[in-house]
Amino acid sequence: MLVTGNAHKVGAHIDTDAIIPARFLVTTDAEVLGANCMEGLEPGWVKRVKKNDIMVADENFGCGSSREHAPIALLGAGIPVVVAKSFARIFYRNGFNMGLVLLEVGDDIAKLKDGDRLEVDTGKGEIKNLTTGETVVCAKVPAFMQELLDAGGLVPYVKKRLAAKG
Amino acid sequence: MPHTLAEKILQAHTDEKITGAGQIVNCRVSMVLANDITAPLAIKSFKAMGATKVFDKDKVSLVCDHFTPNKDIDSAEQVKVVRDFAHEMGVTHYYEGGNVGVEHALLPELGIVGPGDIVVGADSHTCTYGGLGAFATGMGSTDIAGAMALGETWFKVPPTIRVDFDGQLEPFVGGKDLILHVIGQVGVSGALYRALEFGGPVIDALSIEGRMTMANMAIEAGGKAGLFAADAKTLAYCAAAGRKGDQAIAADAGAVYERELKLSVSGMQPQVACPHLPDNVRGVDEVKGIKVDQAVIGSCTNGRIEDLREAAAILKGRKAHKNVRLIVLPATPKIWRQAMDEGLFSIFMDAGAVVGPPTCGPCLGGHMGILAGGERCIATTNRNFKGRMGSLQSEVYLGSPAVAAASAIAGEIINPAKL
Repeated sequence: MLVTGNAHKVGAHIDTDAIIPARFLVTTDAEVLGANCMEGLEPGWVKRVKKNDIMVADENFGCGSSREHAPIALLGAGIPVVVAKSFARIFYRNGFNMGLVLLEVGDDIAKLKDGDRLEVDTGKGEIKNLTTGETVVCAKVPAFMQELLDAGGLVPYVKKRLAAKG
Repeated sequence: MPHTLAEKILQAHTDEKITGAGQIVNCRVSMVLANDITAPLAIKSFKAMGATKVFDKDKVSLVCDHFTPNKDIDSAEQVKVVRDFAHEMGVTHYYEGGNVGVEHALLPELGIVGPGDIVVGADSHTCTYGGLGAFATGMGSTDIAGAMALGETWFKVPPTIRVDFDGQLEPFVGGKDLILHVIGQVGVSGALYRALEFGGPVIDALSIEGRMTMANMAIEAGGKAGLFAADAKTLAYCAAAGRKGDQAIAADAGAVYERELKLSVSGMQPQVACPHLPDNVRGVDEVKGIKVDQAVIGSCTNGRIEDLREAAAILKGRKAHKNVRLIVLPATPKIWRQAMDEGLFSIFMDAGAVVGPPTCGPCLGGHMGILAGGERCIATTNRNFKGRMGSLQSEVYLGSPAVAAASAIAGEIINPAKL
């Protein structure tokens, strides 16, 4: 999948309370959650986002609570990809399970600036910075997680296993 | 091959041979948990998976503790979804209303988690059960849906950071201070993807409740789990909770650790985490004099009977400062009754406190103690992220029950030893 959009850069240790504050956790509706995405960082933050824009973050993105509402809120806001120096563990699993593409790039994150135009090849894990002409490549996903991705995520994977059990 | 505690427990729950950190293994789980915020999403995924029954109705816990007693119509609707599912599936451990407590205080008390277990929960503080010698970790709702359907899930075997404590604890210094100190040392991402394993003479002497307080906040260092060996004390705690057949468990001699920390606790002051990250930790004297508008004593971190006794010992015969709202939330109905029977409520009421029901409530900015802009709270909870307890312009300082109680009296952060 090729995604082209503008980068919205945020800092380190963006917690899930910043991504979607607890007061919005009274629904599982992606659209409602999306409309309030990043409300804990800055009220009205989401208004700057256009469909297919890309979140760019420093280290430990998604730390804190296990709320799956966080990746759902990002997707609901129209953000299909997050590129970060590193991700918090629970958020990383949740992102994969929800179909949010997460690309971990380490120190290369410095090559992506707020407002840059990015083209992401999610299959290859490649981020082309159309503003600067540089390309950043993400670390390889562990084989088992790639298998999950290839199966279409955890839901179809479990579905298949349950069917096999009969 | 000698195993760390994490490796040892994972190995006991899989047919694959664990050879070291980084390996991905499928493990059978002992208990699967979700709450009123995370279960509705898990139920959605469970149904999308085509699952029609949970893998074992005795090994699923659904605990409606976050926004309960239901704070509004939407949260009531969510609890209804969970209740209907629990009934439909015949889930044994469904808790709501008069039998609900804060999940991570409730499950150990009920004796449904214990040493050597693998517990996965759609709540990041599931790591609390590491205090009992369980491998326990938080996951998202869909992972939990998969575990509810299959009775197993995948793990990446974590590298372990071993932390040993020695020395002599000062008065008013306990588990909360030890874990805040560790988080301050390693940072909020210092244990990312890793297990923390705690030991040493200070830990041997620490109560099980103190160990659970520490394990609870392993996630605040990014940790996947915070583990303690299960010793005679653990076995006595579990037996008192009605469990049978538990065995002591510890890491093997010669286990390979990624990093080893040796911390001396002698002379350590009570610790306080300042806004807006749990690793912004200082000795309490460094932050003394900071005015507070609210003090919260409760949560899965510090809402147990030992915590309430610690607060009561300081509040006895004293009054909270006139500008401070003191809120006490015993974490479970059993703790609530125990505190009542021991006369702690009279002490709290005489001090001007509000004693509320067991709920996560204000910890996550849910209800029962939300902060206005410019307000500041000293809390025994686990997170001080910006806006966590209310307004984005509010502040949360984290400390022990002793520090919260003393600060409530003084109207400002103070070392309980200097009250």
